[in-house]
Parts: sequence; structure tokens; C-alpha cells
Amino acid sequence: MTTDNALEISGLHAYYGESHVLHGIDIHVRRGELVTLLGRNGSGRSSTIRSIMGLVGRRVGSIRIAGQETIGMPPHRIARLGVGWCPEERGIFSTLSTEENLALPPRARGEGLSIDELFEMFPNLKERRNSPGTKLSGGEQQMLAIARVLRTGADILVLDEITEGLAPVIVKRIGEVVRKLKSLGYTMLLAEQNFVFAAPLADRHYVIEEGHVVMEVAHHELEAKMGKLNELLGV
Amino acid sequence: MFNFSTQALFGQLLVGLINGSFYAILSLGLAIIFGLLNIVNFSHGALYMMGAFMAYFGLTFLGIGYWPALILSPLIVGVFGVVIEVLLLRRLKGLDHLYGLLLTFGLALIIEGLFRNAYGVSGQSYPVPDLLQGGLNLGFMFLPYYRGWVIVAALTVCFAVWFIIERTKLGAYLRAGTENAAIAQALGINVPMLTTLTYGLGVALAAFAGVLAAPIFQVNPVMGSDIVIVVFAVVVIGGMGSIMGSIISGVSLGIIEGFTRLIYPEASAVVIFVIMAIVLLVRPAGLFGKAA
Ligand SMILES: Nc1ncnc2c1ncn2[C@@H]1O[C@H](COP(=O)(O)OP(=O)(O)O)[C@@H](O)[C@H]1O
Ligand SMILES: [Mg+2]
Repeated sequence: MTTDNALEISGLHAYYGESHVLHGIDIHVRRGELVTLLGRNGSGRSSTIRSIMGLVGRRVGSIRIAGQETIGMPPHRIARLGVGWCPEERGIFSTLSTEENLALPPRARGEGLSIDELFEMFPNLKERRNSPGTKLSGGEQQMLAIARVLRTGADILVLDEITEGLAPVIVKRIGEVVRKLKSLGYTMLLAEQNFVFAAPLADRHYVIEEGHVVMEVAHHELEAKMGKLNELLGV
Repeated sequence: MFNFSTQALFGQLLVGLINGSFYAILSLGLAIIFGLLNIVNFSHGALYMMGAFMAYFGLTFLGIGYWPALILSPLIVGVFGVVIEVLLLRRLKGLDHLYGLLLTFGLALIIEGLFRNAYGVSGQSYPVPDLLQGGLNLGFMFLPYYRGWVIVAALTVCFAVWFIIERTKLGAYLRAGTENAAIAQALGINVPMLTTLTYGLGVALAAFAGVLAAPIFQVNPVMGSDIVIVVFAVVVIGGMGSIMGSIISGVSLGIIEGFTRLIYPEASAVVIFVIMAIVLLVRPAGLFGKAA
């Protein structure tokens, strides 16, 4: 059993009611590594991430977080193992102010960043701390969703499409944040449509298609495998 | 037409405020339960009745007076609610609204049936506590102390609950869980426990209202089904799930009902339902509810 894996998924099947969407996913992410899930729309990247959080209808297989099996755990216990999730829909609560959104998740483990440190990292949020969370711009809401999980002390971040629908300057800003988090030692699993954004940041990539992992590419293999990648991603 | 005395005016205002206080506290409980559990709690009236009966049992069999009953009865009924949530309601998660409605309606019938079996439909009287005997002559009207206390106690509890929900961390959990339970839980909030506690709190509020009601109305197995129909109308008018909405509409509809009794007594029993019909036509989500 390798213990340097922060996240280790093997033979994962996931179902929404009758529909079987993941067919035996095998993925691992080492401590401090940044790994992406690439694939076309509907390929199963969000379902993989939602499976990690325990949010699909039913899941079978094994998902180990920091060595601990979580396949039978309820979502709040998974979060408390130190997994911070940014949902694809961002999940900012409209009935909570920006600051309440930020302070919402209970501490997972360890220290986490303080509200002041987070306001320093994301100055916009400080200005808008008393606005309802959903009154923020799309970019600000995305920053808030990232900041929110950093406060809990989570050290494994699963980030679902954090650049989707955002202006290039904001995407660049988020890229800087991700780079900073990597340098701080966070482990990250990133579902991304935007290959240009993901390519320079990631250590490794998995390509998912119809609920299967169809390819694994390490950073240094990118150039050699570019042709195959383009074909799979349709870019 | 408007030939009534000031005496009568203030008398009805008082009755309206009293009824409004009960509507507010009951619809508040329904609103928080609906918000998080997505269940229209049809057993609310039966649990209100149970609250009154717990006070009555305490006094009759154990010599426990009104003031301890005001705390103990909501606690006992709250624990009963927790058991119901864990054993029954939890299993309905993810199913259609209709199942929750049927289950809680069935529970109401069972609870009410058990009490009717033992006590018939006649009321048991419950004395006003010694401390609040008598009243105050305000010149334009006579205010029995106990009735003044009911209004103050009910509104204080309503605003305390509002404060907890809108201004505290626990309230933020509740609001987040109400808005999107799955995301709240995946952020680390123990939503199943929060749900259980919320149901317990909601029914404890009903029991608290039941104890407040015991000295005013008689303690009667059907007291819950009498009031709960009106309370459902209040909740529909205020907007399902809106906290402040249910408090404000509870109190104001009680007052409107009181004034109607003064101006046109024949309409007083239906005025709330007429308002409900109009609100449903004009603003289906309720006066304070967000349109879906
Ligand atoms: N809640 C759901 N219920 C049923 N099917 C779903 C649900 N969410 C996603 N799916 C299906 O699962 C498959 C994978 O979707 P998803 O994981 O969201 O893909 P991606 O994130 O790669 O775009 C798709 O076929 C999608 O239609
Ligand atoms: Mg997706």
C-alpha cells in the first residue's frame, strides 16, 4: 500500500439512479501533486469529483483519502478528512453574506488560512464582505468558492471547472492562485475544459471518456502525446 | 355599520394579537421544518396539542406547575420529534413531497386518536399560574395579565429564533442546508444531524405554544386540528419557508381576523382563507416567499 498518495481511486463505478456513468475509474494523486481530469463535456469528470465527495446516487469501488477508505462515508465526514471541494456550479449561498459563505465550512483538520489571510489573497472579497454571496460577479464567486475551502484547513483540493465562463484576466488571476497553492504544498485535482490553462500548471493529466480513463499523460510527455490528446479532446 | 365601542375594538385587538401570536409561533416552526426537510409537517397541530397535554399531565399527576412545564413540555415533545425524524422522516429523503405529507398526516391522526380515546373531545381546564392571576384596567380596556404574557412570550421566542437563524453560525448552517443541502454537507456540515435538530426545534416550538395555550383555551385532544388549518393558510400567505414572513403574517392575520369579527362577525372564520386565495392568485410564492 503506497502511503504517499493523498487520493487513490480504484475500480470506481458511479450511478445516478438507473444510469451508470463511471465504469471503473483508476486515478491517484500524490501528496503535493497537481493532476487534471480532461475530457469532453459529459465524459464523467464532474461525476468523478462528486463521487469523491460522496454526492452521486451510488458508488462502488474504492476511494482512499490519505490512506483511509471513504466509499461508505457520508459527505460531511469525507470533507472533514481534509478534502476541499469547489463545485462546478460554485455553490455560493444567496442567503449568506460573502463573509458568512467564507466562514461557513467547519474546520476540517490543521490550521487553514485565517479570514484575514484570505482577504489579503482575495482583496475583492474583503470589499464585498457584507454583500449576499450571489451578488458577487462570476469571478468573485469563484474566488469565494476557492477561499472558502482554504479556510477549513483542507489540504486536498478538488476543483471542478474553476475557469469556466470567466474573462481571460480572471482566468489568469486564478492561474496565479493555483500556482501559489501548489507552492504551498496543496494536493490538487482539477477538472478542466481549458487545456491551455491546465497544461502549464499540472504535473499529470488523465483523459476521461464515457466514464473510463482512456489516457494518462505526465507533464514531460505532453509534446510527444499532443496529437493523441488533440484527437481525444477535439481541440 | 361601524357602531362598536372602543372597549370592543381593543378587546378584539387583544384577541387578534393572542391568536396572531399562536399563528406566528406555529407557522415559524412549520417554516423552518419545511425549509430544511422539505416536509409540510401535518402533525404540527397534534404536537401542539401534545405540548398542552404534557403540561396538564405534569400538573395533574406529578404536581409540576406551569413555569417548569413551559420548559419541560417543549423538551419532551422535542425529543419525541427527534425520534420521529430519526425513525421515520429520514427514510423519506429524496422522495416526493407527498410522502412526507401523508406520513405526518397519519401521525397526527394516530396521536390525536390516542388522546381522544383517553379524553374524548371534552376539554380539561388548566389554571392560570398564580403569578399572572388578575389583570390591569387600562381605562379603555381590561388586560388580563396572562394574555399580556402570552403575547410577550410568544413574540420573544419568535424573535429569538429569528435571531439565531439570521445572525449566528448555527443559523448560517441552517440557511445553507435549506438552500442546498448536498453542497452544505460536502463542505463538512453534518446535515443529517442538523435536520434532526431542526425538526426537534420546530416541534418544540409547537409544544411551547401548546403550553401557552393551555390556560386560555381548554386542553383538548382536538385543539390542534382546530388551529392547524388556519396556520397552514398563514404559512401559504407568508410564503413557505420564510422565517420573518411567517412571524409577520402570523401576527397580522390574527389582528385582521380580530377586526373582522368586530366589523362583520360572519366572515371572521373565513377571512384568512379568502386572503389566502387572493395571495395565491396574485403571488403564488406567498407575500414573503421567493418565486421558484
Ligand atoms: N444528476 C445526474 N443525473 C443523471 N445523470 C447525470 C447527472 N449528472 C451527470 N449525469 C450524466 O453523467 C455523465 C457524466 O457527466 P459529468 O460527470 O457531469 O461530465 P463532465 O463533468 O465531464 O462534463 C453525463 O452523461 C451526464 O449526462
Ligand atoms: Mg463537469
